[in-house]
Amino acid sequence: MKNKFYILFLLIGFLSVTNLWSKTITVCATCPVKSINEAILQAEEGDTVLVKKGIYKEANIKIEKGITLIGENMPTIDGEEKGEIITIGADNVTLDGFKIINVGLSYTTDYASVRVVNSSGFTIQNLELEKLFFGIYLQKASNGKVLNNKVRGEAVTEFNSGNAVHLWYCKNVEVRGNDVQNVRDGIYLEFSDNITIKDNLSKNNVRYGLHFMFSNNNFVINNIFETNGAGIALMFSKFMDVENNIIQKNWGTAAYGLLLKEVNDAHIKNNLFFENTVGITVEGSNRLEYANNDFTSNGYAIKVKGACYENRVIDNNFLYNSFDISYNGRINDNKFNNNYWSNYTGYDLDKNGIGDVAYRPVKLFSYIVNRTPETIILMRSLFIDIIDFSEKVSPVFTPDDLMDENPRMKQINHDRN
Amino acid sequence: MLKILKYSFYDLMRSRWSYVYFLFYLLLGVVLLFLNNDLSKAVITLMNVIIILVPLIGTIFGVMYYYNSREFTELLLAQPVKRSSIFLGQYFGVATSLALSLVIGLGMPFVFYGIFNSNAIWDFSLLLITGAFLTFIFTALAFVIALSNENKIKGFGYAILLWLFMAVIYDGLFLMSLLYFEDYPLDKFSLVATMLNPVDLSRVLILLKLDISALLGYTGAVFQQFFGTNFGLILSFVMLVFWVVIPTFFIWRIAKRKDF
Amino acid sequence: MIEIKDLHKKFGKNEVLKGIDLSIKEGGIFSILGPNGSGKTTLIKAILGMVLPDSGEIFINEKSLKNNFKYREKIDYLPQIANFPGNLKVNELIDMIKDLRASEATKDEELIELFKLQPFLNKRLVNLSGGTKQKVNLVLTFMFDSPLIILDEPTSGLDPISHLRLKNLIFAEKEKGKTILVTSHILSFVEEIADEIVFLLEGKIYFKGSIPELKSKTEQPDFEHAIASILSASYA
Repeated sequence: MKNKFYILFLLIGFLSVTNLWSKTITVCATCPVKSINEAILQAEEGDTVLVKKGIYKEANIKIEKGITLIGENMPTIDGEEKGEIITIGADNVTLDGFKIINVGLSYTTDYASVRVVNSSGFTIQNLELEKLFFGIYLQKASNGKVLNNKVRGEAVTEFNSGNAVHLWYCKNVEVRGNDVQNVRDGIYLEFSDNITIKDNLSKNNVRYGLHFMFSNNNFVINNIFETNGAGIALMFSKFMDVENNIIQKNWGTAAYGLLLKEVNDAHIKNNLFFENTVGITVEGSNRLEYANNDFTSNGYAIKVKGACYENRVIDNNFLYNSFDISYNGRINDNKFNNNYWSNYTGYDLDKNGIGDVAYRPVKLFSYIVNRTPETIILMRSLFIDIIDFSEKVSPVFTPDDLMDENPRMKQINHDRN
Repeated sequence: MLKILKYSFYDLMRSRWSYVYFLFYLLLGVVLLFLNNDLSKAVITLMNVIIILVPLIGTIFGVMYYYNSREFTELLLAQPVKRSSIFLGQYFGVATSLALSLVIGLGMPFVFYGIFNSNAIWDFSLLLITGAFLTFIFTALAFVIALSNENKIKGFGYAILLWLFMAVIYDGLFLMSLLYFEDYPLDKFSLVATMLNPVDLSRVLILLKLDISALLGYTGAVFQQFFGTNFGLILSFVMLVFWVVIPTFFIWRIAKRKDF
Repeated sequence: MIEIKDLHKKFGKNEVLKGIDLSIKEGGIFSILGPNGSGKTTLIKAILGMVLPDSGEIFINEKSLKNNFKYREKIDYLPQIANFPGNLKVNELIDMIKDLRASEATKDEELIELFKLQPFLNKRLVNLSGGTKQKVNLVLTFMFDSPLIILDEPTSGLDPISHLRLKNLIFAEKEKGKTILVTSHILSFVEEIADEIVFLLEGKIYFKGSIPELKSKTEQPDFEHAIASILSASYA
């Protein structure tokens, strides 16, 4: 794999760079070139710097030309907490196979293990980042890749920790196969468009597994978000695809699997929401499609906080959630159809697989709990069942048109790889 | 006391009612599991049954047993046996046989279904343990009621009332007071109110397993500590034990002072 | 044997025993008589410790009954209405009582033979007739060898042959020097067996002594009339 990239980049270098004969500079303790900084100084556009196994105590490594920096057998770069470690300021830079530790901590500057500034065509892969503040910080970068990196932070609170993969004003970046744990936000995007986030594992992060602000046309596919402060927060963004993700075990007072705030025209498809306090929290989001998802054993499957119009919730499984849907207010402009609800108690006399009675997913009790949260302690009490039943028969507090007219009788088998 | 317990238990184990009770649970388990084929759903339905039905059956059976065995009790009273032993023995005999019917009746279908290979085993065991506790609690309360009321009809009336109160009315009052005082911090109050009703207590104990995700959504620090740690589980169990011990103490005290 | 001192008992507002002083010597058959509601059963139950007195004290063999249950090992009691746990079999019930009392020297087999109970031994008590139950009851009472025997309406439900056997049984026990306390409504039965009677009326002892003494006190030729005259005098 490493060799392939190596060859690929040699090839790119071969075609695009004026210097046809690029050279390789080797760095090691016993080599003529003993430090990475020195090697970079010697290298020219298109060259390769090969770093052998060892510990290199260097910080503020600046790459200002399109070179390939490769580590052999994971050499360690120790920044000794002197500030930023690697800063890339040129196009077509490849960074591959290093363990990078001890980024300096500052409350005024966001130091990163690796920062890419105003560049394109970069590849950052196979890094292991520890003792970091920010991990991989992409700033106005485009057309690059962040692949298979492993980030292990030691974040305890939001205030003295940074994000593992941070994108700010970026375009066309692929973030794939990364494993980011114990930082503030696993992956963070602000003002970044056309980003693909795929096959990542984002776990145990203090704030969000994935955080979007003002970013459009992005794909979030096949990721796992687990036991984060909250799984995914999408805010002020549009045209997103969130598909095939597993979002689970986000527990806590403000925890949810997926937050949608002012998000329009997004597709939430084929995801599994498992054991979250809230599966999805939605606020001020319109024209969203929720299809083929599994909501399993969440406190609330979907919590609608208000101002959500023309959303469609179709062909999902709602399994053993304490509350299926919670709603503020009585107005509903969203459509629920053809879902399977494990709480459904109707019958199917014509045997067409669709229940003959509509299902009302909003219970009066969820309304009561919204108003007085302490009442949650009465959940599943017979008394609550009785008032829920009477509300079901004649809705007074909950939207009377909010129902699934065609509830399925059997659980849908969603293909999920 | 153990001798009395043994004979009461023998007697009950042969009674028609134990079989009816046992078969009822067996049937319930089979229907829930094999017609529905959904373990998680079965556990949730079972919880409703256990929380409502077990107390009812415990109460009625306890009262019925006491009144039906009055003459026999008098025979025992003339024997050189301590009074408290007679009543405690009878009580434990009834409660144990009821609890066994429940545990075996429900346990068998679940074992055949393969509960041991399932994640639901803990939820299920918790259900059964809670059910057994509720049986002991409500049988004890029934004995207290029966011991304090010579009149059979009155005794039955009070027993049903007690059940109705614990299972439904209490929660209604509870909910109303929560809504009425919603401007005040209520988490301590609601925990205390829960502890004071064994039905609620058992329900919350099961909620800790089934609905923990939802419970953790609440912000109060007291709730957080209660639901978020083992503290809630331990406290609930301690309270359940109290709920068995206190009525049992009353059985002992009333029995000691009562004329027959 | 039994010493009762100033015994009072109220059930609610109803004062049942209004200061009973009674001493019963060892040996002989004593019959407690009285109209309905006179306090016979309450008195017996007080002796058995089933009713706790409001004031006064009872001593059996000079030992107070308070906080004491062991003394009942020395008493065989036949309750008025016998109802047993229906699902036990007769022999299980007999074993159970033996087990509870943990006393030796039982004559159960002899008694079973006497009342012809063998065919019923393996039957459940719920399936027995009233008379058979009473026989089982008698077996349970007489199978021990306690110095004090208390019989509450022992004749109820018995056929004439069993009745006769019961009488013989009581006499046999008396011969052994036991003290026997009996209540009964059947005056002929009382007259036949009782050495001494205690007549209770409205919670007090109206008369204590032998039947001839009663006859002479009431100036009536026979026992039944003597009793009737007490009752009519008191209600007049």
